[in-house]
Amino acid sequence: MYVAVKGGEAAIANAHALLADRRRGDRSLPALGIGQIIEQLGLAVDRAMAEGSLYDRELAALAIIQARGDLIEAIFLVRAFRTTLPRFGYSRPIDTGRMLIERRVSATFKDLPGGQVLGPTFDYTHRLLDPEIASGDDVPAPATRDTVPENAPRVTDLLAHEGLIEPDNPLDNAEDTVGDLTREPLQYPLDRDLRLQALARGDEGFLLALGYSTQRGYARSHPFVGEIRIGEVEVEFDVPELGFAVSLGRIRVTECQMVNQFKGSAKVPPQFTRGYGLVFGQSERKAMSMSLCDRALRARELGEDISAPAQDEEFVISHLDNVQATGFVEHLKLPHYVDFQAELDLVRKMRAEQQEAAE
Amino acid sequence: MSAAPSYNFAYLDEQTKRMIRRAILKAIAIPGYQVPFASREMPMPYGWGTGGVQVTAAIIGANDVLKVIDQGADDTTNAVSIRAFFAKVARVQTTTHTHAASIIQTRHRIPEKPLHAGQVLVYQVPIPEPLRFLEPRETETRKMHALEEYGLMHVKLYEDIARHGHIATTFAYPVKIEGRYVMDPSPTPKFDNPKMHMSPALQLFGAGREMRIYALPPFTEVVSLDFEDHPFEIQHFDQPCALCAATGVYLDEVILDDQGGHMFVCSDTDNCEERRAQGHRGALAGHRLEAGR
Repeated sequence: MYVAVKGGEAAIANAHALLADRRRGDRSLPALGIGQIIEQLGLAVDRAMAEGSLYDRELAALAIIQARGDLIEAIFLVRAFRTTLPRFGYSRPIDTGRMLIERRVSATFKDLPGGQVLGPTFDYTHRLLDPEIASGDDVPAPATRDTVPENAPRVTDLLAHEGLIEPDNPLDNAEDTVGDLTREPLQYPLDRDLRLQALARGDEGFLLALGYSTQRGYARSHPFVGEIRIGEVEVEFDVPELGFAVSLGRIRVTECQMVNQFKGSAKVPPQFTRGYGLVFGQSERKAMSMSLCDRALRARELGEDISAPAQDEEFVISHLDNVQATGFVEHLKLPHYVDFQAELDLVRKMRAEQQEAAE
Repeated sequence: MSAAPSYNFAYLDEQTKRMIRRAILKAIAIPGYQVPFASREMPMPYGWGTGGVQVTAAIIGANDVLKVIDQGADDTTNAVSIRAFFAKVARVQTTTHTHAASIIQTRHRIPEKPLHAGQVLVYQVPIPEPLRFLEPRETETRKMHALEEYGLMHVKLYEDIARHGHIATTFAYPVKIEGRYVMDPSPTPKFDNPKMHMSPALQLFGAGREMRIYALPPFTEVVSLDFEDHPFEIQHFDQPCALCAATGVYLDEVILDDQGGHMFVCSDTDNCEERRAQGHRGALAGHRLEAGR
């Protein structure tokens, strides 16, 4: 009886064997392959890569299978692998202006250089369950354009010509380095670079809810989608021995530039301000939520009142990481006998004292 | 598939270990001060000992002998899991004997047997900030530590006395280190606080999710906060361990049936087993303890 409470090695081994069995499921059905996950559950792979902070479709797909489809568990697996990788340097900033665009929409301009491109979107689909998919439907090849796509400058760059929107703040000085939250512990207050890093790997659901809260009046920021673009960009790396940048390959990213009204303050004239979102893979929901949160979190910088949860940097950044959150919430199922014993003692003592006093 | 994943000795890469060692050295130099460090994701969840595991991974060598306890016990599932982790990734010898271990990683307890010089006790810490539940903001609590402004903590303890007649904190009971920093001893019962004082062992505290490391070098003064008229006192149990008859040790209450029957047994399983091997017998000893394992 007493020992059974304490668990043991055999119990752990058996539990893991059962888990592996449940993961595999009915052996008469074919096992999932990594290729199937990459090709047919691509958006799940994208989320595991984005919040796992590791661009590797195969490993993300493996993690999804291993996690039985639990995406936060898959993200955790990816992170725990990523953290062991040596860092040999930092790439050049990617240039989303030179993206090979698959989707690009702007809500602020009807037409613009480069055009609007719908791409593979759920928008305007009717959400009716389609039984043909279950029966293994034959999907015809999609139409493709045969013209070379014209140059599609970023909407914010177009607005910047008129000075209507705050400028991007490029790293002009050599001493301006971008922080790295995976190498340096976060110290509040944060600069925007670190905030954006944290947001980029933050939980989609958490950021969605916070972004939503800004639309419902908790730090309203009058946002417009200046532009969302999805496509592949080249990652370039400066090799010191060579003296020039080499391409490491292409990654698919989703970028959202939110344009927000700003009445101006003592420090800044009236102009449009920006909220920025950038996510691995295809995830508009995450990129849009991220840009709403980014804008809300700039309250201090822009001299706005800080009154809502989405503007509270310590609150948002401390709680957006789902690997941290799930670990700490779920650690409550670990034994706490020792502390509970101390509390039992205390409650008994206090009850006895109260009873004594009553008598 | 990308290259098959392979892992370094003790899981972490060497640069990361160096970074953690630097944080540990700083922590030892400023006892009780929380040193921020760039905590890594570990292959176990946050809140399950990632801070302690990183500290252990940074200091463990091939010749170390590791003991891992959770709630005082070596056979608690999470302790088993962490011990197996290091046996696998560092191939070190493990033990359940307190005196035989060079590194002891613990969650929520300090072993009953006094530690000796040369041993390292690594604590897993969930919330390293003793002031966190009084002030949720890191920017504020950092300032309070810098200014040695601990009035809020004393007010909290005073309010306990005013309301209950005694201090109603039973674990994670705040301590003051060398008259300077107020420190969270991790959620050990206050019963264990006196063991931290002037311990010949090195005590390291790792909080992974909160990215903090702090330390008590050997022979550091550790004083539990109290008032002159309400001195600090530890828990006392009315009965000895039902298995080994030990007194003056921390006991777990084990429920025996649904009629309110219960027994008290040692939380420190190694100490209890050793005493029974020496022939000590408690009131309920004689059960086949291996049953149910």
